[in-house]
Amino acid sequence: MSEATSDLGQGSTLRHSAVLGLGLHRASRVVPNAEIVDAIDSSDEWIQQRSGIIERRWATPEETVQAMSVSAAREALEDAGVLPGQVDCVIVATVSHMMQTPAVAAAVAHELGSNAAAFDISAACAGFCHGLALASDLVRAGSATHVLVIGVERLSDITDPHDRGTAFIFADGAGAAVVGPSDQPGIGPVVWGSDGEQYDLIRQKEDWREVVAAGSTSMPHLVMQGNAVFRWAAYTMAKIAEETLARTGISVDELDVFVPHQANMRIIDAMARSMKLPEHVTVARDIAHQGNASAASIPLALRQLVLDGEARSGDKALLIAFGAGLSYAAQVIRVP
Amino acid sequence: MASTEEIRAELAEIVNEVTGIPAEDVQLDKSFTDDLDVDSLSMVEVVVAAEEKFSVRIPDDAVKDLKTVGDAVSYIEKAQAAA
Repeated sequence: MSEATSDLGQGSTLRHSAVLGLGLHRASRVVPNAEIVDAIDSSDEWIQQRSGIIERRWATPEETVQAMSVSAAREALEDAGVLPGQVDCVIVATVSHMMQTPAVAAAVAHELGSNAAAFDISAACAGFCHGLALASDLVRAGSATHVLVIGVERLSDITDPHDRGTAFIFADGAGAAVVGPSDQPGIGPVVWGSDGEQYDLIRQKEDWREVVAAGSTSMPHLVMQGNAVFRWAAYTMAKIAEETLARTGISVDELDVFVPHQANMRIIDAMARSMKLPEHVTVARDIAHQGNASAASIPLALRQLVLDGEARSGDKALLIAFGAGLSYAAQVIRVP
Repeated sequence: MASTEEIRAELAEIVNEVTGIPAEDVQLDKSFTDDLDVDSLSMVEVVVAAEEKFSVRIPDDAVKDLKTVGDAVSYIEKAQAAA
């Protein structure tokens, strides 16, 4: 009987996956601290000391989630030398696409000229690394050959300009990666998880139904318990970073580049200290001029390091993303 | 069991490492925020380092009640005695 012998086309071998190219789109409006301090009764010095943020990028009305995604994706495809027609899956990680359906990924694929499978994922600031893990496995198992992973946010739409805890942090932008097959392993195993018991620490303040029932004319905003998040991010995540290196089979001394989620410079510094990161490791500090662009922060930071010559092709880069839902994901990749 | 002065001195070293404040300034009657200018994020770093150093647990809820260096030292003493 053929049924008994059929493997349902599943096959039995895995191939290697790698990041083949990167792209970014920085939201074009540069917003210095001076522009936002009055609404939160703060100062440039306080914000810099508190977060390391000198200025952030906010999107113009034309820079929609879709437009920024397409812009970053085109750059990543060109960097990878992959044509839109070769892409067979598009994954967009975002929490700030204000149309719940359809997925913005489908519109992005269409605008690129592709009919690829397309869907959005929601893992907040950890979204890009979740997408990268999915893409790597899709390529390795053969479900897809070239996957476009995009992290994109317009957090300025859902930031309360009067909230002293968040108004100076959040920002807009997009970053993209093309993941495809490779002769050499290019993406290590993901270490990921969540702690939904603490979902309260970073979240959307109001349910949309409450907003409507209250007759409010403003959008729900993001709220965050900064000190508790700091503690979790700087220390628990440093342990996850170490676990990721162990799973990958490399020591911290073999690492070339460290690209943590760009949440706050103080978290980045505390993590690096906690991990005893050697001097030679390049640490992404994109937040100073970009702000915290959630799902977009890691690809924005990594692409910038490549453009600046601070990360070179073949370098081993540890990516670690963490955020709302206390969800996190980390992996080591080879820089394309 | 470490003495109050030993705990204060070790805590002062931690505060110095995190913030650069001279260790000799970190005395029992000093307020972390008003006198030493330790902001809330640095306080988290101090607390995490102190937890490791003194093998105690200092939850976020307790941190906000640690106004002075003396508050922190007596919290650590009590936590160690209870362990």
